[in-house]
Amino acid sequence: MLTLLFDGIAYGMLLFILALGLAVTMGLMHFVNLAHGAFAMAGGYITVLLMQRLDVPFLVCLPLAFAGPALLGGVLERTLYRPLYRKPHLDQVLFSIGLVFIAVAGADYFAGSTQQIMQLPEWLKGRTEWGSGAFMLGMGHYRLFIIALCAALTVGLQYLLARTRWGSRLRAAVDDQRVAAGLGIDVNLVFLSTFAIGSGLAGLGGALGAEMLGLDPSFPLKFMIHFLIVVAVGGTSSITGPLLAALLLGIADVAGKYYIPKLGAFIVYSLMIVILLWRPQGLFVRQGGRK
Amino acid sequence: MEPRTPLSRERRWRWWEPVFWLLALAAPLVLPGQALIINTMAITALFALSLDLILGYAGIVSLGHAAFFGLGGYAAALFAKHVMPDPLVGLVVGMGAATLLGAVASLTILRGTDLTRLMVTLGVGLVLLELANRFDALTGGADGLQGVVLGPVLGRFEFDLSGRTAAWYSLSLLLLFFLLARRIVQSPFGATLKAIRDNRLRAMAIGIPVTLRLAQVYTLAAALAGAAGALHTQTTGFASLDLFEFHRSADVLLILVIGGVGWLYGGILGAAGLMLLQDRISSVTPQYWMFWIGLFLVLLVLIGRDRLLRPWTWFEGRNA
Repeated sequence: MLTLLFDGIAYGMLLFILALGLAVTMGLMHFVNLAHGAFAMAGGYITVLLMQRLDVPFLVCLPLAFAGPALLGGVLERTLYRPLYRKPHLDQVLFSIGLVFIAVAGADYFAGSTQQIMQLPEWLKGRTEWGSGAFMLGMGHYRLFIIALCAALTVGLQYLLARTRWGSRLRAAVDDQRVAAGLGIDVNLVFLSTFAIGSGLAGLGGALGAEMLGLDPSFPLKFMIHFLIVVAVGGTSSITGPLLAALLLGIADVAGKYYIPKLGAFIVYSLMIVILLWRPQGLFVRQGGRK
Repeated sequence: MEPRTPLSRERRWRWWEPVFWLLALAAPLVLPGQALIINTMAITALFALSLDLILGYAGIVSLGHAAFFGLGGYAAALFAKHVMPDPLVGLVVGMGAATLLGAVASLTILRGTDLTRLMVTLGVGLVLLELANRFDALTGGADGLQGVVLGPVLGRFEFDLSGRTAAWYSLSLLLLFFLLARRIVQSPFGATLKAIRDNRLRAMAIGIPVTLRLAQVYTLAAALAGAAGALHTQTTGFASLDLFEFHRSADVLLILVIGGVGWLYGGILGAAGLMLLQDRISSVTPQYWMFWIGLFLVLLVLIGRDRLLRPWTWFEGRNA
């Protein structure tokens, strides 16, 4: 029971970190970026390849898995994404599907189509158990590590958004671009940095998730749907919405696959449809928010 | 001026339209070796035609159109396997199943923004994929549904190995549904759809029952997609989970965008063009195919469809 809950939370936290960048582009910049998973895949591949080929320690790989996709995201935002902010959603969908296809083919070309195996360092491999019977709580150390790291990131991001100057600029730019620009905020720069951070987080999530989710060239297509669900269900007006949605979906998915394995991902998809029909703007949306 | 005059003018046939259809119907005869790919093209064209009804004429963005394709396909295959092998009855059954699903699913597209619609349509497709995968006793699960054997079309034309009967069967149904779709979009009903696509609020203000119209056209498109799916399983004798896959929805969206949204021939030409291209490129490797199609999509959006497909317009004056 508790073990399931624990695994669900770990999975949910991971989903949250993966989807957060998407929540920002989609919710704040109103850009339907289906290519988000490609950045996550980039982070995953950076980590796995560095560890396999160059024996770089896991903890050194993580910052690199953040920096690589962040840089990539920044460059792409400046060159390709920015002209598309004002285009119709259909164009954005097509464009980002195109990017996903390129990324899938590229990963296949450079790293091969096989599943990449992630070798965890020794100190993350163990498992601790508490209690007994129905209340037995078994915690894999790696999952504990993910929960701790993601929780720290969440708190840090919340601080960044709510307390810093950059955060208030972002919120201003999102609420009304023209007024924000009029107040002397460099909206382009704010969006660029936001996009880069979002892509970086996706990369970090991809690196952390390579062990749990698996990593192969079809990763962006396979998990695109999960990120989208988190964002669509959580709503995009705050980061608490996607967080709660990710936890809910993570737990529902793990529990569903354990108790009713025959239905598999069916539970999560149906849950999403029901939630979206009930509240089309997402579950946790600030009432009276714009749009 | 009579209020109906512009509609009837639009309804008149252009000279090249009968030529186009005659050429299409003659194709299996002229190129007997290519009958199988012609069959696939006709089916894909029908599928694209169906998406065009909702995307091009009603402005509904959908990423889950494969749901109807797959359901129609499975329904027709199961019917052929367990009830009776007649293709036309099977087609009607497939369409019926897809129509029912379309009527129910049309409730999901009425609320929310583009994003919600994308997600819900995607979700419906995924739910069906999972269902088809889990109920493997009925659908064969990941192995697919084997052993679908069909009787002759109209009791006379046997399906042959070269695929010529299949090609004609699909082409004639494509023509039939094209005529239906053409008649619909050029009717007052079609005009109301375009009004909704262009400005939903204004359409509502002049008294168009927006919700009802959207539900109607969505159901209709679902029926056509179901017919395409039924044709697919009938002519290949096989139904697999692949019918529901996301890439199918993405492909058909792509075909439509390449050919031209909001123009009934767009889907047909896009399907023909893309299938030919795919046939050539993917004979090398499927990965390269994905790369090129991705690159093409990115360029298409960045440069703009008109400018990419008609490069000669680059040098004309910017009078737009």
